Amino acid sequence: MAADSSKVASMQEAIREVVRDGDTVAIEGFTHLICFAAGHEIIRQRKRDLTLARMTPDVIYDQMIGAGVASKLIFSWLGNPGVGSLHAIRRRIERADPEPLEIEEYSHFGMVGRYVAGASRLPFFPLRSYYESDLPKANPRIVPIDSPFSDDTVYAVPPLNPNVAIVHVQRADARGDAHIWGVLGCQKEAAFSAERVIVVCEELVGESVIRSDPNRTVIPGLVVDAVVVEPKGCHPSYAQGYYDRDNRFYVEWDAIGRDPQRLESWLKEWVHGTATHAEYVDKMGDRWDGLLPPEAWSEPVNYGRYE
Amino acid sequence: MAEALTERAAAAKATTTETMIVAAARQLEGERVCFVGIGSPNLACNLAKRTVSLDLELVYEAGVFGAVPARLPLSIGDPTLVTGAASVSSMFELFAYYLQAGLIDVAFLSGSQIDKWGNLNTTVIGDYANPKVRLPGSGGACEIAINARKVFILMPQTKRSFVEKIDFVTSPGHLAGKRPAEWAGAGPTIVVTGLGMYEFSDDGVMYLSSLHAGVTVEQVRGNTGWDIEVASELRETHPPTAAELSLIRETLDPDGTYSR
Repeated sequence: MAADSSKVASMQEAIREVVRDGDTVAIEGFTHLICFAAGHEIIRQRKRDLTLARMTPDVIYDQMIGAGVASKLIFSWLGNPGVGSLHAIRRRIERADPEPLEIEEYSHFGMVGRYVAGASRLPFFPLRSYYESDLPKANPRIVPIDSPFSDDTVYAVPPLNPNVAIVHVQRADARGDAHIWGVLGCQKEAAFSAERVIVVCEELVGESVIRSDPNRTVIPGLVVDAVVVEPKGCHPSYAQGYYDRDNRFYVEWDAIGRDPQRLESWLKEWVHGTATHAEYVDKMGDRWDGLLPPEAWSEPVNYGRYE
Repeated sequence: MAEALTERAAAAKATTTETMIVAAARQLEGERVCFVGIGSPNLACNLAKRTVSLDLELVYEAGVFGAVPARLPLSIGDPTLVTGAASVSSMFELFAYYLQAGLIDVAFLSGSQIDKWGNLNTTVIGDYANPKVRLPGSGGACEIAINARKVFILMPQTKRSFVEKIDFVTSPGHLAGKRPAEWAGAGPTIVVTGLGMYEFSDDGVMYLSSLHAGVTVEQVRGNTGWDIEVASELRETHPPTAAELSLIRETLDPDGTYSR
């Protein structure tokens, strides 16, 4: 793709072109900026045999794994934050119901380190964790190594280079240069570590908006393959300054995910029953009213003008 | 007037969770940088910031330093933690420069199982490959347990959670009494449950140091899966004051989500 051409695509096109059966896919975002819209489109297109990577699989991976798109999960914290369990995933791990799910488990810093090593083209990432924990016994890819410079021992985790990273951002230009603010998670590390990257934005802006505040550019278009404009694409996750986290949905998901029949009908109604995320957003109706907080703007900064 | 007095008397009766939150909050006196967990630890830290430790800096693993949450966050990455915070960094920076470098004075952890050394399990009940119950896993807990200067543990106590041998060591405590000197952190120093408060001997063994009001040593023994040691000078936890309770009930958790 030429550097100056637009990468803007619809979600359907982007998922169809970029995500292939059997891929390792990372939809990152720590509580914030989790791209549910992309997860739903992967379900609609009935992708299969994916390895899904995420620090916190969250409700989106419970939905995707419940829908049968994945055969393996790489993660560091498996829960519905503040609520409890991800029941569809638990059924597959505890009872192979309806089929087994392979898992590869780290800690948060281990997962972050894996993306950092992957993004930096390093053979491993060293960290001071895992000592005396049973995690290295459970996962042989967490290995102690001696420092070449002292008698220190640290643990090494392998690089993670997903085939695809899907990162949601607040705003991007048509080349994929993306601004993020608020909780950053490891959006940047995931994007730089992946072979192919889809940036999904709340707002498409002109290049001049991006260039007016380059420190806020977390992901450069250089590593981006497709740009999808998908307002409210994170629901029930959130986009700082655009809409709030729908905590009520996370609480409601507990009962839905617990019951395979309810999960199935939820997917039928809200994912397969909507052709696009815009339809899903409309279908939510006045539920949005409670999710739009008042504004709180930052003070602008002066970069200086040089002619 | 009489009605107000009755109201105050009722308010002084704390729930078990409120007692735990208040006991943990008081332990934060003199601490500066605190790694906060969601749920009751979040209440304890925010209560401490308004009572015993006004300069406490709240750190959330989502990358937030110096948070001033205006509402009770359901998740560790709630937008209210960002607005008005001193700094929001990437998770790499949070774990590497704040936690691993030793800037965290105290961190809160919890678990489904704990042993007498303060080792915690949040991974599985049963066998790892064939779990009876699949729990959330480490999250940041493993590296927090190793690198935070001190760890406070806040969890409910039953014979099923206070066990002789935990099924999986997710987060190391005092191991079997010897924590390597090169670890930045000193490990767990306090455990607060619904029954009392525990500290650790020089050998890293947990002992009962304070009983909550109305709780007996027999009750503690009945809810501990090993022969627990008891301090020679056993204290009674001071019950929550009306001021502490009204902060929890009116300001921090008006719906009682995490404190009833």
